[in-house]
Amino acid sequence: MTTVAEYGTFETAWCPGCGNHAILGAMKEALAASGLAPHQVLFVSGIGQAAKAPHYLNANLFNGLHGRALPAATGAKLANPALKVIVESGDGCTYGEGGNHFLAAVRRNIGLTVIVHDNQVYGLTKGQASPTSDAGFVSKAQPEGVHAEPFNPVETAVALKANFVARGFSGMPEHLAGLIRQALAAPGFALIDVLQPCVSFNKVNTFAWYRQRVRELPAAYVPTDWAAALATAVRWGEEIPIGVIYRGSRPAYEERVPALAAGPLVGRTVDRGRLAEIVGHLR
Amino acid sequence: MTDTTRTVLIGGEAGQGLVTVGELLSRCLVRAGWRICVTQGYQSRVRGGHNTWAIRFGAGEIGAPVESVDLLVALDQETIALHRAALTPHALLIADEKFDALGLPGLRVPYAQLAAARHANVVALGVAGTLLGLTEEEMAGAVEELFGKKGTDTVAENRRALAEACRWSVAAGASLPLPGAPPPSLPRIMLNGNEALALGALSGGLRFLSFYPMTPSTSIALTVAAHAAALGVVAEQAEDEIAAVNMAIGASFAGAPAMVTTSGGGFALMTEGVSLAAMTETPLVVMLAQRPGPATGLPTRTGQEDLEFVLHAGHGEFARAILAPGSPEECFLIARKAFFLAELFQGPVFVLTDQFLADSYRAVDPFEVRELPAVQAGYSGDVAVPYRRYAITDDGVSPRLLPGQTHHLVIADSDEHTEDGHLTEDLEVRNRMVDKRLAKVEGLRWETLPPRFDGPGGADVLLVSWGTTGAAAAEAAAMLRERGTTAAALHFTQVWPLDPGQFLGALRAARRVVFVEGNATGQFERLVRRETGFEAAGHVRRFDGLPITPGYILRALAAAGIAQGVNA
Repeated sequence: MTTVAEYGTFETAWCPGCGNHAILGAMKEALAASGLAPHQVLFVSGIGQAAKAPHYLNANLFNGLHGRALPAATGAKLANPALKVIVESGDGCTYGEGGNHFLAAVRRNIGLTVIVHDNQVYGLTKGQASPTSDAGFVSKAQPEGVHAEPFNPVETAVALKANFVARGFSGMPEHLAGLIRQALAAPGFALIDVLQPCVSFNKVNTFAWYRQRVRELPAAYVPTDWAAALATAVRWGEEIPIGVIYRGSRPAYEERVPALAAGPLVGRTVDRGRLAEIVGHLR
Repeated sequence: MTDTTRTVLIGGEAGQGLVTVGELLSRCLVRAGWRICVTQGYQSRVRGGHNTWAIRFGAGEIGAPVESVDLLVALDQETIALHRAALTPHALLIADEKFDALGLPGLRVPYAQLAAARHANVVALGVAGTLLGLTEEEMAGAVEELFGKKGTDTVAENRRALAEACRWSVAAGASLPLPGAPPPSLPRIMLNGNEALALGALSGGLRFLSFYPMTPSTSIALTVAAHAAALGVVAEQAEDEIAAVNMAIGASFAGAPAMVTTSGGGFALMTEGVSLAAMTETPLVVMLAQRPGPATGLPTRTGQEDLEFVLHAGHGEFARAILAPGSPEECFLIARKAFFLAELFQGPVFVLTDQFLADSYRAVDPFEVRELPAVQAGYSGDVAVPYRRYAITDDGVSPRLLPGQTHHLVIADSDEHTEDGHLTEDLEVRNRMVDKRLAKVEGLRWETLPPRFDGPGGADVLLVSWGTTGAAAAEAAAMLRERGTTAAALHFTQVWPLDPGQFLGALRAARRVVFVEGNATGQFERLVRRETGFEAAGHVRRFDGLPITPGYILRALAAAGIAQGVNA
């Protein structure tokens, strides 16, 4: 039995009213509800305000480089699949700087739980457009508005058949905690794109803006139907669906790597006899 | 010095099976007891062009190639004209009777009569092997091993082609004057620099390799991948070099001794990761097989241009070690050492080689891998509670626990951080952390491999080399001695950190010190000057993409007026 208290309470560097606070709370709820002890969990994050989140709870942490959380997490998971590896970063880090890694990680279906704080703006660098900013979004860096179309991470993850794809909203923390708990239990790559307001730099996609648009998927929704999931994933605008959008059944990458069949890499040592045979074959 | 070696050069287009002939002939020579040094020349294409496989062989140890050719095996017409000038006075040519031999002596082989065109490479092997004193039985064994996987029909066809070729060659009656027979020895293994690096890494404890393919480094990863399942190692082809280095760091953090393999252009993408390994104090081995740049440069040629790049790669200031093996034996030992250094000092360690050594097959006494220990990741003793990943210590090295292996939490951060691993902007802590990380430089210096000195002290000419040019420099020094100049060689297999106490005396004792290296600006010469103030008398530099040879060194010395009257 694990309690929320074991995950601790820390002072944060976030703005009052930031969606990050609620995501952090939901994360701790979900971890405790999943029965995971802090030492069994490894958070891997990049750089950005969201990437600081794992500093504010008790768990192992590798806070690496901007955009590079996914490959670092992939390496850690392959080294020790027994670890519950959670990637937590923002939309700029995960979808912008780390875009190629995002595609590759979904294709691998590596067993990571990926929580993306998606506020459609760069917060830490003070307000430039992010890959998920809507077209026309005006910032000091894009004074005439964003000319590119936004990246839809949920659509992309469903198209590439990640095993678990969900969208949450920081304004509904209990719903979000439920999504995180399900993601933690799902084998393979699990993505939760979490809509959150940036109270300092995004005056368009505000708390009220999201509150008006998010719609929980109906109870009858079947996330295992890939074509239906894809149709749901592309919906964005006046109505934005939240919940578990797709569930697949591909085997996790780490289950397909032959070297891991005998257990984690950590703690194992060289089979000198086998190596001697390999050297011998060079005669 | 009377050269007691011979060189066979096989030339042809990519796709003609030249590598097959080269490998088979090399293996047969090794099994017959000869030492070899292979130089592969190839172009960045899959078909066509002009490729070469040169085997220098002899009874003694050989570490460098020579330009001259004693037996030219021309698989196409172009080869004859291209290498004619390199032939020695007693040299022979093996060529299809349909080719114009340009008046050169040798064997005009009726390939079409002896076997189907697809077996031309085995015919070439049979003719060349016979000229070199190999028996049909010796060659048949190697042919059967190579083609065995393709089924009995294929083996039988190739055996027939070999038999025809041997029968014809014996009847033709030609032979190449050979140096004395090799002394009896225990069976040696044949491998190239990249394979030796891979085996050294595996023996040293490698458990995780991530890479993005790039010539000439790729075969390190392919060698590991071939044995990964059997040995319980993960070899992951990443989506790009940035992913590769971050994966390796993540795996190492979680407890798998890890490395990346690449060449200069790929390493350019990895530099941010080098800085990350240093800041998070995560062991990381980087193997970089150099090729000439800038940018894509000469993708399949050799050079030593990336020393300063590797020395300075990564933003910020931190400790690192750079090793530079000069032979497959050194590749094996130095790959092992790299894993121990990375774990001991918790940071990036580099192994610098180049295309010449990467692809150069040699005959090597088998590595005694059963006797050699492997590195263990992480610290297994007791730690102070609460555990602090970056606890300040005198030598800068803190006990490194692995996440999930104890109940202690392991916190690592690329931001400046407190002893417990959380990010901080406390500038007093910043100062202490910089001092802690840089304290490792002195520890690394204690472990620096001393350069190898070969020849008389206080010599008239001292040739200084690093990495893959060592054997050429040592052979050039020996040739100078034979011609009456007191000459010596000083070979560095570690180029950072330097310990001047190990070599400054030798530099000062020599009358003229000459740095030999494969770049245009004298990177190592400049590094030694920066660290010691020592001014060299001259240098031999090569940057045309070809390996430095003893003859190249002697010609350059003569041209510079450092050693007169040398005719090499």
